Parts: sequence; structure tokens; C-alpha cells
Amino acid sequence: MAAIARPRGSGRRESPPIWRWVILVLAGVYFLIPLIAAFRFSGIKAFGSVVSQSGFTAALGLSARLAVITTVITIVLMLPTAVYVHLRLPRLRRLLEGITILPIVIPPVVLIVGVLQIAPGFVKSTPYLLALEYVVLAMPFAYRSIDAGLRALDLKTITEAASSLGASWTSTLLRVILPNLSTALLSATVLTVALVLGEFTMASLDLYQTFPVWIYVNSQSSGQVSVAASLLSLIVTWLVLMAITVIGTQRSRKRGGGSVTLFTVARTETAGGE
Amino acid sequence: MDQTVAASGAPGSFADPGALGSGAAAAPGPPAKLTVPGVLRWLRRMAGIVPFGAYVTLGLLLPMVAVAVGAFQSNSGGFTLGNVRAATHGVYLHGFEQTIILSVITSILPGIFGLLIAYSIFTAKRGTILRQVAVTASGVFANFGGVPLAFLFIATLGSSGLATQWLTDLGFNPYNHGFSLYSLAGVIVVYMYFQIPLMVLVILPALEGLRPAWREAAQNLGARTWDYWRFVGGPVLLPSFLGCVLLLFGSGLSAYATAEALTTGTIPITAIQIGSFLNGNVIAGQENIGKALGLGMVVIIAVAMVLYVALQRRSAKWLR
Repeated sequence: MAAIARPRGSGRRESPPIWRWVILVLAGVYFLIPLIAAFRFSGIKAFGSVVSQSGFTAALGLSARLAVITTVITIVLMLPTAVYVHLRLPRLRRLLEGITILPIVIPPVVLIVGVLQIAPGFVKSTPYLLALEYVVLAMPFAYRSIDAGLRALDLKTITEAASSLGASWTSTLLRVILPNLSTALLSATVLTVALVLGEFTMASLDLYQTFPVWIYVNSQSSGQVSVAASLLSLIVTWLVLMAITVIGTQRSRKRGGGSVTLFTVARTETAGGE
Repeated sequence: MDQTVAASGAPGSFADPGALGSGAAAAPGPPAKLTVPGVLRWLRRMAGIVPFGAYVTLGLLLPMVAVAVGAFQSNSGGFTLGNVRAATHGVYLHGFEQTIILSVITSILPGIFGLLIAYSIFTAKRGTILRQVAVTASGVFANFGGVPLAFLFIATLGSSGLATQWLTDLGFNPYNHGFSLYSLAGVIVVYMYFQIPLMVLVILPALEGLRPAWREAAQNLGARTWDYWRFVGGPVLLPSFLGCVLLLFGSGLSAYATAEALTTGTIPITAIQIGSFLNGNVIAGQENIGKALGLGMVVIIAVAMVLYVALQRRSAKWLR
């Protein structure tokens, strides 16, 4: 049976009740006041001097390198696995969901204790051990983004079409599935990067000065600059995420799909899907 | 057709930690007929998930096993219950108590607020600015724990923060009424800042599963708003809601950076105590107590998940 696209939210008759606005205004106040306070505390000048602080470049550089490595490993590991499970082992999907949610429920502070216990010395002496573990921490977000993207595709039909045209498994993955998943991969990437740039627990306990650790250490000498750096990191992430959802939604609308949010790429309803 | 499946929802959403329990049962076992080609075929099919399996084993399972084993090891390597005994007494027992209080409060309150906010966003028209700003903002704030968050709140509710000044001008200085940002109460206020958006983010897919058609059908059958929520909306949402609250519980339990940056490690919660073992702030020779504490946290999460499953069964019965 074909799933029928339903116009959502269009059949509402009542006007929005008061309580909705009360809740949204309260939430707005709670979330905006700290931003205003931080801005007033740091002052405009502090924003300029963030960049010139000692250690800023090194810390941001390390965080950026970790972000790149983590993202590459995450995509290379999770994308083929998710596609394979969707196509060949659909009954394992729930198990995979269960496993990939584990890093959310296991405290990172406990995980790093175990990791430092078993990691061989040559891995422990580089900061890139952190990247290997960030892949684990990013799994819940990355897997869910990719999974949402895959469910929005009619994966079976397009892979069968590709293979009947003589495409190999690798070229199907790279030239057919990958382009169709660009929005999902983009959101997986952003979530992973945001996670790496903000991760403090493991980095500080592994004694490496990544960007968040630097903000913390630097705060002892200059509180204003640290608050400014905190605000900056928040604003930059927000702009990037905003851009992605807006662009993603536009592109998906062009192809007749729904709006794109971070975890759910609204599925394009196809006849006979699922 | 399978609307109930779609509604109870959004498979793959965070709202479904129950996947852990039921997942194993769904895994395809070895083939029924144990023939050599059959086993070989099964192994070939499984080969595609070997890299992922190996990575999870090395990066997640083995470290956790190391923690569990270390919890029962004395410094000389022999078996002992001493670490566990130390971890369940004195300051560490107090730490567990504070941690559980903190996690329960910062999962239930944000759970309720987050649901209300998510519902307000959800019922706003699709594609409006409000919705997009709110959803991306949730994405940012939910990931915005840690050091920057602590600094934001020091500028807001610290003893000379902006909000503190406003409240003092109104004649209510919270610091004269037993409040301190650097205490458990302060940490709770700060945790809300990422727990509420996290709730919004994880409960939205479940709300999307509530089809407007159901509401219309209920109204056509003469249901009032309360009837709709009691017999249709509530039962569909409750399992997801409980799952999300459980997730918040886990997130509150494991949050370390925010509390560390805010209180410079002075607040007696378990995550901070474990961290102090790695920071070398504890007398040498006691490192394995840290592992026992870690094991304790995992046990707390496991108990919470068992409670969740039991509660979900109960609610399924009650709502029928």
C-alpha cells in the first residue's frame, strides 16, 4: 500500500492558546538572559583580544585537527555499516540503534578511565587517542543522522537499479548513495564537529589542551576573554547549524521532500516504501 | 496501515532506549540448518559489520571491561572487595546520593518543560521562523554543556552577575537566601540550560508521530481535549516521554565538564570524584576506587533502565 502524504498542521481550526506564548516567552527569557549577561560582562573589546591570547592558536589548531580526523573516521566507519545493515541485515537495525546509543548513557568520565587503562603506550602518548574515542562519542548523533537520511531514500530500488546497470558495490556507495545522502552526512558532520570542539571531559583528563580546556585554563588569567570566547563558540556553531537546516530544507523542497531538521530528514513518501 | 508503529515512533529516535533490551532478540541467529555452506554464508553476511563491531569492541566494550575488572583488583593485582566497600561509604556514598538527586531533578523538570516547549513549537505552523530558530537553537544549546556554559552562568548568576544584580535591585538577593551558583542548587539551574533543549530535540520526533487525523477523528467522535490526551495522545506519547526522561537522567549523571568548571571540582558528585582520581588529586595507591565508582555509575544507569522497562510495561497496562 502506498503511504499517503498528509498535509500536517494545516487542518488546525483553533487559534493558538495563551499558554503556548507564556511557555515560549518564559523559555526565551531563561535562554536569553545568560547570553545578554555574558555579553555585558565581557564587553566588545574582549572579542577582539580572544585571538591574540597566548595558546589560542595552538588550542584551536589541535581541536580542529581532532575534529577533521574524528569526522573522517566516523563517516568512513558509520556510512558503509549503516547502508549494509539497511540493505542486507535489516533485522540488525534495532541492535545497531541500541549499540550506538550506549555512548550517551555511559559517562565519558568512566570511559576515559578504562581507555587510559588499556590503551597501549604509543597511542596514549599522542592527542589522537582522543579522536579515536570521539568517534565513539559521536556515534549516537552520526548514526541517527545517517539512519534518518537512509530511511528517506528508497535504498533497495536505487541499489538494484545501480547494480542492474553494472555498478559495483563501491561505485554504488560512492556515486549513487553518497550524493543522495549529502544532507544527512552534512548534519552528521556538523554534529560531530560541534561535539569535538566542545568536548572537555576526556581532553582535560587526558591532559591535552584542546579549545575548551584552553578556555578553562585561560580563565584564571582573563575572565572577560574566556567569557567572550565562550560566546563566540556558541554563536559560530549556531550560525553553521542554522545555515545547514535552511540550505538542507531548500534543497529537499526542490525535490519534493519535507523540511530538514537535525535528526529527522522528513521522508519523501514513495509508493511502496517500507 | 502501520500507523501505530510510525507513531510509537520515529524508530531510531533517541526516545527509544528500549531498543537495547529488545535488540538482541531481533538479531538473526546462526542458520537453522547447521551445514558448512550455511554457516559460511552467515559469516559472509556478517562480514559487513565486522569493522564497526571491532571498533565498538576496542573503543567502548574493552575499556568498560577494564573498569569493571579494575574495580575488584587490589594494587598488587589480586581480588578484593575493598574498592567497592570504600566506594559505597563516606564521601563517596554521599557523592552517589548527591549525583542521584541531581540527575533525578534535572531529568524530570526539564522533561516536563521540554515537552511543553516542544509541543508549542510543534503546533506552530511548519516552516515558520519560530520553528527553525527553536529547533536549531535546541541543537546548539543541547550540545553546549561544559566550560562555556559555566562562564555564561557565572556572568549571570554569580555573586556579581547580571541577574543577581537585577534580583538584588528588586529586594531579593538570592545569595542571602541560601542560594549559591557553586552549590548543588546552582548546578541544577545550569544543567537545565542543556537538558531542556535536549528534551525538545529528542521528544520532537515522537510528537511528529501524533497525526492530526487522529485528533480530528477523536473530535468527530465527540472527544474533548482531555479525552483525546487520556485515550489517544497520552498513550502514544508516554513510552517516548519516559524514554526521553531516562536519557536526560543519563545525561545529567554523566555531565562532568559543567560542574568541574563551575565549582572547580569542589562539589561532591561522583563524576567529579572519578575525575579527581585521574587528575592525581588523590593519595597514590587508591586509583582502583575510581574504577569502583565508575562501575557504580554504570550500575545506577542499568537500574534506571530496568525501572524504565518496568514502568513502560506498567503504563502499557494502565493505559489500555
